[in-house]
Amino acid sequence: MARVVLVGNLAQVTGGVAEFDLSVTCVQQLFRQLSELHPALERHLESGVAVAIDGQIFQDALLEPIGADSEVFLLPQIAGGAGVRSYIPTFPGAQLPETR
Amino acid sequence: MTETNGHTQANGHSYVGTRQIRPDGVDKVTGRARFGADYNLPGQLIGRVLRSPHPHARIVSIDTSKAEALPGVKAVVTREDFGDQPSEFVPAGEMMMNYKDVVRNVMAREKALYEGHPVAAVAATSVAIARRALKLIDVKYEVLPHVIDVVEAMRPGAPLLHDDLFTVGAEPKPDKPSNIAKRVEIKQGDVAAGFKKADVVIEREFKTAPVHQGYIEPHAALATVSEDGATELWTTTQGHFIVRAHCARLLGLDIGKVRVTATEIGGGFGGKTVVYLEPLAIALSRKAKRPVKMVMSREEVFKASGPTSGAVVRVKLGATKAGKFTAAFAELKYQAGAFQGSPVQPGVMCAYAPYDIENVHVIGYDVVSNRPKVAAYRAPGAPISEYAVESVVDEIAKKLDIDPIDLRMQNAAREGTKAAYGPKFGPIGLEETLNAIRKTEHWNAPLRKWQGRGVASGFWFNIGGETCVSLTVNEDGTISLMAGTPDIGGLRAALTSVAADELGVPYDKIRPIIGDTGSLGFNFLTGGSRSAFSGSMALVEAAKQIKADLCARACKLWEAKPDQVEFSGGHVKPLGALADKVKPMSVADFAKVAGKTGGPIGGVGRINAQGAGPSFGTHLVDLEVDPETGRATILRYTVAQDAGRALSPAYVEGQFQGGAVQGIGWALNEEYVYGADGKLQNAGFLDYRMPVASDVPMIDAILVEVANPKHPYGVRGVGETPIVPPLGAIANAMEAATGIRFTELPMSPPKVLKALKEKGLNKA
Repeated sequence: MARVVLVGNLAQVTGGVAEFDLSVTCVQQLFRQLSELHPALERHLESGVAVAIDGQIFQDALLEPIGADSEVFLLPQIAGGAGVRSYIPTFPGAQLPETR
Repeated sequence: MTETNGHTQANGHSYVGTRQIRPDGVDKVTGRARFGADYNLPGQLIGRVLRSPHPHARIVSIDTSKAEALPGVKAVVTREDFGDQPSEFVPAGEMMMNYKDVVRNVMAREKALYEGHPVAAVAATSVAIARRALKLIDVKYEVLPHVIDVVEAMRPGAPLLHDDLFTVGAEPKPDKPSNIAKRVEIKQGDVAAGFKKADVVIEREFKTAPVHQGYIEPHAALATVSEDGATELWTTTQGHFIVRAHCARLLGLDIGKVRVTATEIGGGFGGKTVVYLEPLAIALSRKAKRPVKMVMSREEVFKASGPTSGAVVRVKLGATKAGKFTAAFAELKYQAGAFQGSPVQPGVMCAYAPYDIENVHVIGYDVVSNRPKVAAYRAPGAPISEYAVESVVDEIAKKLDIDPIDLRMQNAAREGTKAAYGPKFGPIGLEETLNAIRKTEHWNAPLRKWQGRGVASGFWFNIGGETCVSLTVNEDGTISLMAGTPDIGGLRAALTSVAADELGVPYDKIRPIIGDTGSLGFNFLTGGSRSAFSGSMALVEAAKQIKADLCARACKLWEAKPDQVEFSGGHVKPLGALADKVKPMSVADFAKVAGKTGGPIGGVGRINAQGAGPSFGTHLVDLEVDPETGRATILRYTVAQDAGRALSPAYVEGQFQGGAVQGIGWALNEEYVYGADGKLQNAGFLDYRMPVASDVPMIDAILVEVANPKHPYGVRGVGETPIVPPLGAIANAMEAATGIRFTELPMSPPKVLKALKEKGLNKA
């Protein structure tokens, strides 16, 4: 099982739960499982976070493999270009309220 | 290094790691290179922008009828010409941007939110007519109270910029709007317990001024829109694919109909990752049906393009008597300018990144005020928070009587250290930079009275991202190399070296260009210290395609099997018994028979580069303070930074030196000065004091190379980390020279003199 840790404000979306043990083989699966566990996370995940797998930071990399014993951190995205292609809401620390 | 076959050979490669002349150098030193304002088209109009004279005002009405009636005026645009955008955040360079805000920053809608905010734009047949037209536009404002200072903007009752801005990340969720756009934090360990273990705790509050990127070339754009909507744009930018995306979005254009060419660029440093003039020029051209050229004045650059944040930072750091850091806390308040999106998030993540500390808690606030919207500036957010931390680290070293390099070494992040922002570091070179500085003659050189020496370290993440490059083998065997990221700091030299080594072709037989958006697949911008890192990775992929193609052609020509040939040393070579029958063929040999063996030869590398290795640096500076004037003179400066592997050492050193010089300006002189009326008082290089060549010594650069295992050549990004340590290093040197801990930047002569007088020290 990969150990998954949410860094920073992301845990606000999960009601304070910041650590998970998940059986996933790639980033896309990770996002899917997290979204099933906490549906409110879904809109923050795909382009709004960077994923550190065993110390290596990946951005916009849905197909990146995750090992069975990997340590995974979900971080605020440092930068990226995918967002100019399509809108996917981002990390809650950078999120406007829905009323806007 | 050794000389082989007329090539300088270093570390097993012919050109990588050597000092080659940059391919764009001749044009740049002869004046042939065409920058943004150098482009012109037949029949072009001149575009000018009407800007708000008020820092905060509701726009009641805009009457353009008199301007439109002026002979020679061909188009006028206002907020009515830009459709509103929904609230959508997207990453933009190393900052986040919201299209709802971008469209309002490009052209004010409900309110003008800073002095210089665009309110209308005209296109006319001459500059004089355009200026007269601007005066004929009647804008009725309802002037509102303004707020400039970040702390004042956070206070309840402060003038509110956006009545729909509720602090995100605050708990409980606020029920009233404020100027605090968001609250972010990182936390690990038990900070309270960590401080209890400390023998010494230092807590200080620091203040930094907003500073401009100071690129020498102002923003410029030339647009032409044809009757069928096909749009061409030439602009000085760090990312023409990003410009294309933003303009298409803001103006409702198909991306495929917009072709953007990045001109040569006279500096960007993050400030040219956003759009200002580009959508206006396209909108005016679309309306006028003629090309429109727009160039900002220096005053406009200062008043209406992004500086970086000013900030207030509180730092608390605890250590044992032996010098081990036990706990760290920081609170960061960053100005975002008129719209949210300061670099406070990376500021939070970077603050303690150089150190291995078990207990860390950092909180950050993103705060809007009536200033121009901030833009990225080299390692956005990091210099500010790390300046404060490095100042306190120095103070702890003094209090514990520990050498400041020893203290940093004792606490330094190394491979396996869990970063304060979560993951563990891979191979990194902070310790190596500290050791490199300690070994310099500079470190032990004697100092006189009023002279001081300071040291500080710094960190930046670096990024990869989407990248596309192409290599084409020409008919004579020369190579055309096309990259899609503007060359700001020697990219073409770095990529040409890699291509030369990959294909075994002489450096001067490769011509690199920056392709337009119609020539290559999507490229993210030049930013995040990514262009040489990502571009060289993509180039290796493109070269692999060529090598595989040549080997396949050789098999057909020689009637050989794939395992009977290999590509090495710039040739396809026959192996085994085949070697007795045929001679190796060079890339040029294949070029001659390309048409007869399958057609043109080329490769395209298309990647989303991952594996950017973080970069650490340590800076050492000597300065001298004149006690009569308070002026600080930088006497000597040494930079040591981990480059992973320097593809072009001379241009890597140039990045180190440039970052140090910009940091010197940030530390000693640069600041936005506002009057009580909320207007910028120093919007020009005469009053906004940037360092010039005569202000700084030669910056010594030490290349530390701890290879990045995720890159085929070991490369790390190098462009941003060099601006992180100077602020702390110079503040520490100032303390060493005067005995005074300055907690506010810039440490300009009036402030230094005042502090010296207060201490009775202003006589030599």
